[in-house]
Amino acid sequence: MLEGLLIGLQTALSFQNLLMVIGGCLIGTFIGMLPGLGPMSIIAIMIPVAISIGDASAALILLAGVYYGAIFGGSTSSILLNAPGVAGTVATSFDGYPMARQGKAGKALTIAAIASFAGGTIGALLLMVFAPALSSVALLFHSAEYFALMVVGLSAIAAFAGTGQVAKAIMMTILGLIMATVGEGALFNLPRFTMGIMDLQSGFGFITLAMAMFALPEALFLVLKPRKIEGDGESEIKDLRITVAEARAIAPVIGRQSLQGFFIGVLPGAGATIASFLGYAVERNIAPKDEQEQFGKGSIKGLAAPESANNAACTGSFVPLLTLGIPGSGTTAILLGALLALNVTPGPRLMLDEPQIFWAVIMSMFIGNLVLLILNLPLIPYIAKVLSIPRNYLIPFILFFTLMGAYIGQNNATELLLLVGFGICATALKFADYPLAPLLIGFILGGMMENNFARSMQLYDGIGFIWERPMTLGLLVIAVILVVLPSYRKRRAKLRAEGVAEGD
Amino acid sequence: MTLDRWIAMILLGICLIYGYAAWFTMDGGLAPFMKRNPIWPSTFPKVLSVLGIIASLITLLGIEKGETKEAEIDYRRIGDYHLGQALMLIGLMVAYALCLRPVGFLLSTSLFLILGSFILGERRWLVMLPVSITATFLVWYLVQEVLGIYMRPLPGLIGG
Repeated sequence: MLEGLLIGLQTALSFQNLLMVIGGCLIGTFIGMLPGLGPMSIIAIMIPVAISIGDASAALILLAGVYYGAIFGGSTSSILLNAPGVAGTVATSFDGYPMARQGKAGKALTIAAIASFAGGTIGALLLMVFAPALSSVALLFHSAEYFALMVVGLSAIAAFAGTGQVAKAIMMTILGLIMATVGEGALFNLPRFTMGIMDLQSGFGFITLAMAMFALPEALFLVLKPRKIEGDGESEIKDLRITVAEARAIAPVIGRQSLQGFFIGVLPGAGATIASFLGYAVERNIAPKDEQEQFGKGSIKGLAAPESANNAACTGSFVPLLTLGIPGSGTTAILLGALLALNVTPGPRLMLDEPQIFWAVIMSMFIGNLVLLILNLPLIPYIAKVLSIPRNYLIPFILFFTLMGAYIGQNNATELLLLVGFGICATALKFADYPLAPLLIGFILGGMMENNFARSMQLYDGIGFIWERPMTLGLLVIAVILVVLPSYRKRRAKLRAEGVAEGD
Repeated sequence: MTLDRWIAMILLGICLIYGYAAWFTMDGGLAPFMKRNPIWPSTFPKVLSVLGIIASLITLLGIEKGETKEAEIDYRRIGDYHLGQALMLIGLMVAYALCLRPVGFLLSTSLFLILGSFILGERRWLVMLPVSITATFLVWYLVQEVLGIYMRPLPGLIGG
């Protein structure tokens, strides 16, 4: 492990990669601050840039930097404007915005930054411990278990979709899987479902689909319904310091929520959003009576809890991606797509075959968190100016970058028409409250899932692998329980889930 | 019928067509040696089509009851939002897709950015023109020179 750490440190500290971390964090903060643009859209837009770098570690470092930057930027706009840019930072605005209203915006930003830093760093430490352990277990897996694991992952994502949403989420996952079967399958080299159209021979473009699912509907929503920005954005942000007593008060909160957030983030489907809401709720419940009153009115604990939880969860979501090659959230699904485009297959072999990528990413997480704390925090008053870019300029540029992203990847104008078409469909689905992340995750996992399924079918000469391999059977049973359980649970308790796992 | 059930019906239709293609049209042309394989190109799609039909029926028939959530945009009052602007921007994107090759990157992109902000209500030409044109050149330079991806800058007619 020490050897790996050193390799990672060496890779991450190269001039190019340091530039990637800093650049990624800055870009992420910049765009993440804009209300309505989540990390998924930003990463989708950045993919063509990352891919054309050509070096897998640099690309992943850049994209990961953009990811934490976006979460950090999202919390800034939650605090300053009460307009969360990302679903994962909604809970931040509960206490962050009241603090800003009381003139303590600087202090709120510092607490958010420290909590994010601690959450991210503790998360990265845990990732260092758990990822190697998990991937050594994963090396024992057969294609049958992989197939079953993917089924579990996809059902978990559907199960966490929220009350009354499970069928819709399953439908979206299946639609994603169906779309993945268009084009030539790797196993048979036969064109399927192309309807004789040459452009569909190689299947749908992943970047096009990612843009159409996230960036375009979000931009169109901004056009349809301009967000009211009640501007404190112009006002001065000063006094970034916090007192020792405050630091002592939030330290245990940060510690607890970093741990809890990380483990929630590891679960597929339960990402930063659920982690932050749960973290907020838990801290409110265990706080002393008089402090409980403060929650929602500008409590520093209520601000620190969701911030450390959502950052730790973001790091946690890298565990299944790096060890199993199975993304648990929309964002990690996009990262997986980018890696596959760079000819890197994440999974248990990644640590053995290409340790420099694996460790460099972990090391760059530490560096990225440090960059956010010491570089971005002092810059926040200036970066916050981005909030005053008029919508009239912002939206055409977002649309243009979306189109460019799809075009650069394929150099094909048909791709742009597909993008617009899918974008319109995705907007309609968003109107009807269908979750879109499962579609993309299904689409990305589709090819791998079919290959593993086919391999096990061939090895066992039929469907027998399901009951001949106990682990496969066990995993599939878990998948069924995951799908069926929510409807049971709903009948028993009418506790309403606070949010859906969208946007992380 | 609410919008989500209409969409479920469309998805059901897609699954039925997909299922028809998978069950009845794909296996005919299969080579004899492949028929001895336990898995055919159509196996996975067949499973998916069945699952898809079940899932869309659940939503269509409203078996899973969800609470009505306060949606961000209420589609029943779609006219109250800036629908015209959204539709015009979609049209603009389609036009851009069709023009990018024949007209060249520089001209079509600057026009796209200018018209885009015009549609959204911008009328300060003195700000709009320099911003759009500078941004176009900047992006073209970055993509062409830094990333090394060729994009035809000028209309094809004058050999760009």
